[in-house]
Amino acid sequence: MTEVKDRITSPPEPPPALGLIGWLRWTWRQLTSMKTALMLLFLLALGAVPGSLIPQTPIDPIKVSDFLAAHPKLGPFYDKLGLFDVYKSAWFSAIYLLLFISLIGCVVPRLGVYLKAFRARPPKPPRNLDRLPGYQRFEVDEPGDMLAVATGELRKRRFRVEAYDGAVGAERGYLREAGNLLFHFSLILALVGVAWGSLFGYRGTVLVVVGNGFSNSLAQYDDFSPGRVFNADNLPPFTLTVKDFEAKFQTDGPQRGAAREFKAQLTYQETPDAPEKSYELQVNHPLKLDGSSVYLLGHGYAPRVTVRDGNGQVAFSGPAPFLPQDSNFSSFGVIKAPDARPSQLGFEGFFLPTAVIDQRGPVSVFPDDLNPALVMTAYYGRPQPETGKPQSVYQLDKSKLTQFEKNGDKLRFQLAPGQSVKLPNNAGSLTFDGYSRWVKLQVSHTPGTDLALAGILLAILGLMGSLFIHPRRTWVRVRSEDGRTVVEVAGLDRGPERGLGDELQAITKALRPDRSSTQETP
Amino acid sequence: MTPETYAHVSNLLIPTATVIYALAMVSHAMEWALGRAVVAKAAAVKNEEVLVASAGEHVTGGSAGSSATDDVDEAATGGTERMEAASRIGLLLTWLAFVLHLGGVVTRGLAAGRVPWGNMYEFSITASLAVATVYLIFVHRYKLQWLGLGVTVVVAAVLGLATLALYTPAGPLVPALHSYWLVIHVSAAAISGGAFTVGGLVSVLYLIKARAERRVLAGGTMSASLRRLPSAEAMDGTAYKVLAFAFPLWTFGVLVAGPIWAEYAWGRYWGWDPKEVWSLVTWVVYAAYLHARATAGWRGRRAATIAIVGWFVFIFNFVGVNLLVSGLHSYAGV
Repeated sequence: MTEVKDRITSPPEPPPALGLIGWLRWTWRQLTSMKTALMLLFLLALGAVPGSLIPQTPIDPIKVSDFLAAHPKLGPFYDKLGLFDVYKSAWFSAIYLLLFISLIGCVVPRLGVYLKAFRARPPKPPRNLDRLPGYQRFEVDEPGDMLAVATGELRKRRFRVEAYDGAVGAERGYLREAGNLLFHFSLILALVGVAWGSLFGYRGTVLVVVGNGFSNSLAQYDDFSPGRVFNADNLPPFTLTVKDFEAKFQTDGPQRGAAREFKAQLTYQETPDAPEKSYELQVNHPLKLDGSSVYLLGHGYAPRVTVRDGNGQVAFSGPAPFLPQDSNFSSFGVIKAPDARPSQLGFEGFFLPTAVIDQRGPVSVFPDDLNPALVMTAYYGRPQPETGKPQSVYQLDKSKLTQFEKNGDKLRFQLAPGQSVKLPNNAGSLTFDGYSRWVKLQVSHTPGTDLALAGILLAILGLMGSLFIHPRRTWVRVRSEDGRTVVEVAGLDRGPERGLGDELQAITKALRPDRSSTQETP
Repeated sequence: MTPETYAHVSNLLIPTATVIYALAMVSHAMEWALGRAVVAKAAAVKNEEVLVASAGEHVTGGSAGSSATDDVDEAATGGTERMEAASRIGLLLTWLAFVLHLGGVVTRGLAAGRVPWGNMYEFSITASLAVATVYLIFVHRYKLQWLGLGVTVVVAAVLGLATLALYTPAGPLVPALHSYWLVIHVSAAAISGGAFTVGGLVSVLYLIKARAERRVLAGGTMSASLRRLPSAEAMDGTAYKVLAFAFPLWTFGVLVAGPIWAEYAWGRYWGWDPKEVWSLVTWVVYAAYLHARATAGWRGRRAATIAIVGWFVFIFNFVGVNLLVSGLHSYAGV
């Protein structure tokens, strides 16, 4: 950003007394100074930290509500500060917007300065070359065409050379500042790409039971977060069917139960008229469609059950996705039969892929389906009118339900596939027909990704230029002194590089005919 | 050999290397202690000389004074020789430990049948190998012996923690890690992490040396071990070179390779996962370091302090985020 060297040498600026314009100018100068940029960088780093330590709504809304419940005083205070959504909060946005204004205000004027400097010729030699950090001199009898040789040697070393009276001036490393500017401008480009993606992109997730399909429309998503200006009409009209899902787990050794492979077999059509194609969807291998990508995010079990009510009518039938609660896929879920009569019915419990009964009760000890079981309890209640209020399919509203009891205890039953249970008081029955697997898919589109990637790659290129190109100035002067010809070679670095002495020595060696005397100052 | 044999060999080599690094560390610590002693002795003899000179004006002041000066030289020479010997032994032990360490990492990779950085234990042994490699490559070329104590402390500590607290048996990876980006993304992070560590160590020594140089300007003394360090200015240059190498690599590792992989594995290239946040914080701190070096009033001490802060942020990203915070980068296996 702005070099403040020049500003530092001048006395501190007096407080502005120039009215609005002067005050604005002063503010602008402060904002675009390197010290402000440094402060803003530190603020950005500091401001990003809470988001990694406090649960964030966009990442894990359940953790946020848990946190609010656990901290009734601190929670609302955090909420007011935007600490549950740090990266979209006003204060975080303020930091990075100020940083970007500072950045633009700094690099745009520098671009003009650089364009002038780039065309500038290497400067005249200073009067006293021997005061420079690198200096060598030698004497020769015959001057010959020393300056022409020097010009050739310096050009060979990729210096830009300018002839002066009795001397040449040379400079190289013009591209350092170009790299610096490229770095900063490319960062702006990358952020434009990121902003574009967050404005025009979308992301949605959907849970699909194996055997079922999905068509890309808003109503089908479990969860959908569009960019600010995303238009739902732009959803590409693809459909897909999950044909099969296969999971492999480590069966032995200390990492027993660790996931090894997930594969979902899909068939899909990009448009309703397009031919059907198939794809093997895996983690790290998303399905890339025109305008959208489909990712495999997770998987689980969906027990298939049939619920009959007290009248013998089927009140529910089909798979009910249960959500895994631990690494062995003990999966929690509910089955709702609000239309059961005379009482409505509800079930809640666990699907255990490898069920074992230990002192904690029934648990799953392996993620694969080696000994599947359904462990549930059941509720009944008076039929309720349809309210139209949205309800979670993973939770049972028990406020108007009563738990079944058997012999004075809460009713609990464990079923293997194919088994059924009769509810007390002839209220109905539940049959565990079997189970399917489900996959959680994410469908998303993030435009501007290529721009962001190109920006950051160019930024690295520029960065390397600005870090590894070292500007150096060198002069060679030939003058006579007491009838002898004195050749002076001197130089200075404008970066942290070393080896100036070595290069000057090499230049001297190239210029010097043998047997002449040399003096050197380090 | 079977994977089990390789795993067994690796489990023997890593703890052995740890112990030898620790011995190298002790040797380098003695080197520093001997260096301090040289100055302490010289100062003591100097005091004596002053006393003798003032008390014995009319006796044999001259001869007493000269014998005291001889003592100074003798003490200094003997001390310096012992210091050099301790330094050489330390370096020799470091080489020995490095060979075993390298063997341990390679056999670990063979045991698992993949690159040896799939969990926190493996990342620790590989990243510390990167630190040791960088040090040993440059130790002769740039005369980096003065970095021996710092490097052996860090490597022995990391390996010790890895063996005692982070050990995970060798095995295959979870599906999210089945990608060649594992090779690119993690190796870039490990190498730049090794360079951040070296840069941080050099910056710590820079601060110590710069303070000692200021003390000398004010008329104080400097111990032999500090005198043996390069000038503060030269160390500032070394730190800058190492960090200038690390910063573009880190940028590539966490802002290019990481997001590309995240896009494939998690369906988004940036999602403010705790590891991503702290990688960005690390990046911002080192960006501030580079800017500070180009700003009057921030060069030197403040820039070095920023480099040390950056190193701590990197360490926290590796240790704290893996163990204290839950996120998508939960591959610690602990």
